[in-house]
Amino acid sequence: MSAFTSPARRLRGACAAGVRVVRKGWAIAAARYAIVLAIALLAYAVVLLLAGKNPLQAYSDTFSFTLGSWYGFSEVVVRMIPLLLTAIAVALPSKLGLINVGGEGQLYMGAWLATWGAITFTGLPAAVFIPLLIVLGFVGGGVWAAVAGFFRARGLVNETITTLLMNYVSPLIVGFFVYGTWRSREVGASAFPQSAAFPEAARLPRFFDTRIHLGLVLALILLLLFWFVLEKTAWGLKMRAIGGNPEAARRLGVRLGLYIIVAMFVAGGIAGLAGMAEVSALHGRLRAGFSPGYGFTGFLISWLAGGSPLGILTMSFVLAVVFSAGSLLQITQGVPFAAVNVLMALILFVVLMKPRLLGRLS
Amino acid sequence: MVVLRGITKRFPAVLANDQVDLDLHPGEVHALLGENGAGKSTLMKILYGFYSADCGEIKLQGDPVHIHSPHDARRLGIGMVFQTFTLIPAMTVAENAALYLPDLPPVVDTRRVAKQISSLGEKYGIQVSHRFPVRDLPIGDQQKVEILKLLVGRARVLIFDEATRVLAPHEIEGLFDIFERLKGDGYAIVFITHKMREVLACADRITVMRRGRIAGTLTRSEATESALVALMFGDAIPQEATSAPLPPAAPGSALLALRSVNTRPQGASTPLRDVCLEISQGEIVGVAGVSGNGQRELVDVILGLLPCAAGKRLLHGEDATSWSAGQIRASGVGFVPEDPLGMAVVPWMTLSQNAALGDVAAYARRGGLSLGWDRVRQDIVTSFAALEFEPLSLYAPVRTFSGGQLQRAVLARELGRRPRLLVASYPTRGLDVRSAAAARRVLVQLRNSGGGVLLVSEDLDELFSLSDRLVVLRRGRIVGAFRPGEVDRHEIGHLMTDSEVGE
Ligand SMILES: Nc1ncnc2c1ncn2[C@@H]1O[C@H](COP(=O)(O)OP(=O)(O)OP(=O)(O)O)[C@@H](O)[C@H]1O
Ligand SMILES: [Mg+2]
Repeated sequence: MSAFTSPARRLRGACAAGVRVVRKGWAIAAARYAIVLAIALLAYAVVLLLAGKNPLQAYSDTFSFTLGSWYGFSEVVVRMIPLLLTAIAVALPSKLGLINVGGEGQLYMGAWLATWGAITFTGLPAAVFIPLLIVLGFVGGGVWAAVAGFFRARGLVNETITTLLMNYVSPLIVGFFVYGTWRSREVGASAFPQSAAFPEAARLPRFFDTRIHLGLVLALILLLLFWFVLEKTAWGLKMRAIGGNPEAARRLGVRLGLYIIVAMFVAGGIAGLAGMAEVSALHGRLRAGFSPGYGFTGFLISWLAGGSPLGILTMSFVLAVVFSAGSLLQITQGVPFAAVNVLMALILFVVLMKPRLLGRLS
Repeated sequence: MVVLRGITKRFPAVLANDQVDLDLHPGEVHALLGENGAGKSTLMKILYGFYSADCGEIKLQGDPVHIHSPHDARRLGIGMVFQTFTLIPAMTVAENAALYLPDLPPVVDTRRVAKQISSLGEKYGIQVSHRFPVRDLPIGDQQKVEILKLLVGRARVLIFDEATRVLAPHEIEGLFDIFERLKGDGYAIVFITHKMREVLACADRITVMRRGRIAGTLTRSEATESALVALMFGDAIPQEATSAPLPPAAPGSALLALRSVNTRPQGASTPLRDVCLEISQGEIVGVAGVSGNGQRELVDVILGLLPCAAGKRLLHGEDATSWSAGQIRASGVGFVPEDPLGMAVVPWMTLSQNAALGDVAAYARRGGLSLGWDRVRQDIVTSFAALEFEPLSLYAPVRTFSGGQLQRAVLARELGRRPRLLVASYPTRGLDVRSAAAARRVLVQLRNSGGGVLLVSEDLDELFSLSDRLVVLRRGRIVGAFRPGEVDRHEIGHLMTDSEVGE
């Protein structure tokens, strides 16, 4: 097959697949996700077996400790919050045809700036502190991403490369501060590279006696906003036009550069909120390397979900379970946490075969 | 050589081909005619394996063949130049041609391909500079590359879907010479066009399609223009464009003025040199020139897509040198681009979404929180009616439109805004006779109601009949400015190509 005709053919294929999906409704989509998961789990079972673990035991542990109890479930939701946010941070620019792989870096910068606020303005009441942290978290991640947006808008550097490389920088910035000027002086705590504890007023409120925190509300609102802005508003129409045909959008007077920078800023800001929420609600301090790769997983989620809000919600949940299973199996079965990456990679591989699976279904 | 029998193809909304029979003979040019959306491209895409027919069969040299993909078709020696461009913009001419080879070797010797291109180009008189990436070539040259690609690929059945659409008159003649030579070598050629003159000039056999069916097949000797038109449109005979007989409206104030504009050279594009141009209210200014002589740059400068390196751009009497494309469009400037699919619409969006994109600010409600879709739909439907175009589905992605249908959609959107200044590049390109006449009529209406039009075209007839003034563009300079009555086509033709006027 020559590459010459393939773009057009691929378009046609996608169109046909699209029509099919719409016609058969969400049942197919659900079945597809289920099959994807089943295959990935089966493959992972083989990996576990090879590692000398008992996959059945592992899966039943996972199930009972994540979905089988209220506490376990609440922990899954806690994991889901940063995944939701970082997934939106990828999905939004993707509508403009931008590839933001910098969620991880933006998350760190959001946490970094929020921490600066939390340990600087210690006397503020919660009613002021929480909004301030939200703003700082947003700005921290946003500016970090807007830099990439700016270079892209100027036609200088591709945003994929910039955001990717900036991922390596921001954990180092955080490290520089928590090893240095921000390092906690408390007895005991100072043994670790971490900042001083946040004042109580700077901790995001939690709900239902669990660790589920305000970040969930933020994430769900943002997901809804994301859908609304893109599907319903004038700006969304322009953004989708930029993604669909930048040349035409430019000729129709859409300010490409402005939209690219703003979209990157907002996306980075949303990822920054994820970082802010993690440190403020869960850790109560800034720690070096506090994220187990939420930003990268957000990219995976957005991609798996094809940028659709419902898909993001579903896939965030699934991957949150995977994450929880990772830490759980570390304890119960002695499987290293990094083994989670194997499962994630398996899910990714199975999804790459998606079109063929779909073909067989219909 | 090729026999099509009972070809039927249904798309969700339309029956594009309905029991079509067609015979192609070696050593013959077979012209395919028909109004926009008649199903010509669809039929040829089926032969080329791009679409598969719902039913019907294809025989090649007497044997039934199954063509499932363009790859199959190319192996069988069937090649096609599409109506929309299928070149890969970032690659050079030779690389594009190499990609098209049916038997692309693992290690590609682009230099050999380039040599082949030059020798074929020399043999048939098709000159293109093949060092540059295709995106830097003017659209006319891109079309030449498409043709060369086909020849390099050694196809025996050549399908040209509106290949002359973007060519200048002398290039069209050149193409017909190529056809003659290829015919002599026993090639079978299918040639889709909307221009009667071309059909009568080069075709040996003519098939007319109407609404997915064959309306009739004539040999060259039986064909006359009126017979063909009658076949195309049934009883309805298209109104000829009643164009410029109106006295030039009292020259209003200047809508656009370019004062000694220069642009920076980029790639293989032709920079503008000291261009001075004025368009007043109630005036159509035609731009003649061989494509690639600065037309694209001229248009882009006016639309604010290309900065003036030197000189000034005035719009509506104000200095607009530093205005953005958005500001210029908002000030009432509309455009019809040379390549509507690539430059004017978002292909996967619906007609109404694309219509809304034409003027988002006007359709925005509650500060942009929502859009007045009812207004959008109403406007585009009204505009279609005003142009006497057949209505199109508002909810179909514009990618599924035929070439002419898309051109109509862009015209309807741009004219529906009632622009004060319309920059129209080849506005009737790809339109059937009737739609082209309607489009010309509307341009004249716009001018009569006080609008200004910049008309870039390669069709000298069109330029002469519509323009109040004509300028000739060569190598980025304006080398002549006339009223249409003052010159004849011959002189203009000279100015376009020769160095009659020294630099
Ligand atoms: N991929 C597609 N999906 C849906 N409808 C399509 C598709 N391609 C073409 N059509 C429809 O089929 C009909 C025939 O289209 P086709 O492109 O064959 O017309 P055409 O004769 O080539 O017209 P033109 O002269 O304008 O190029 C049109 O009504 C068009 O909208
Ligand atoms: Mg066509």
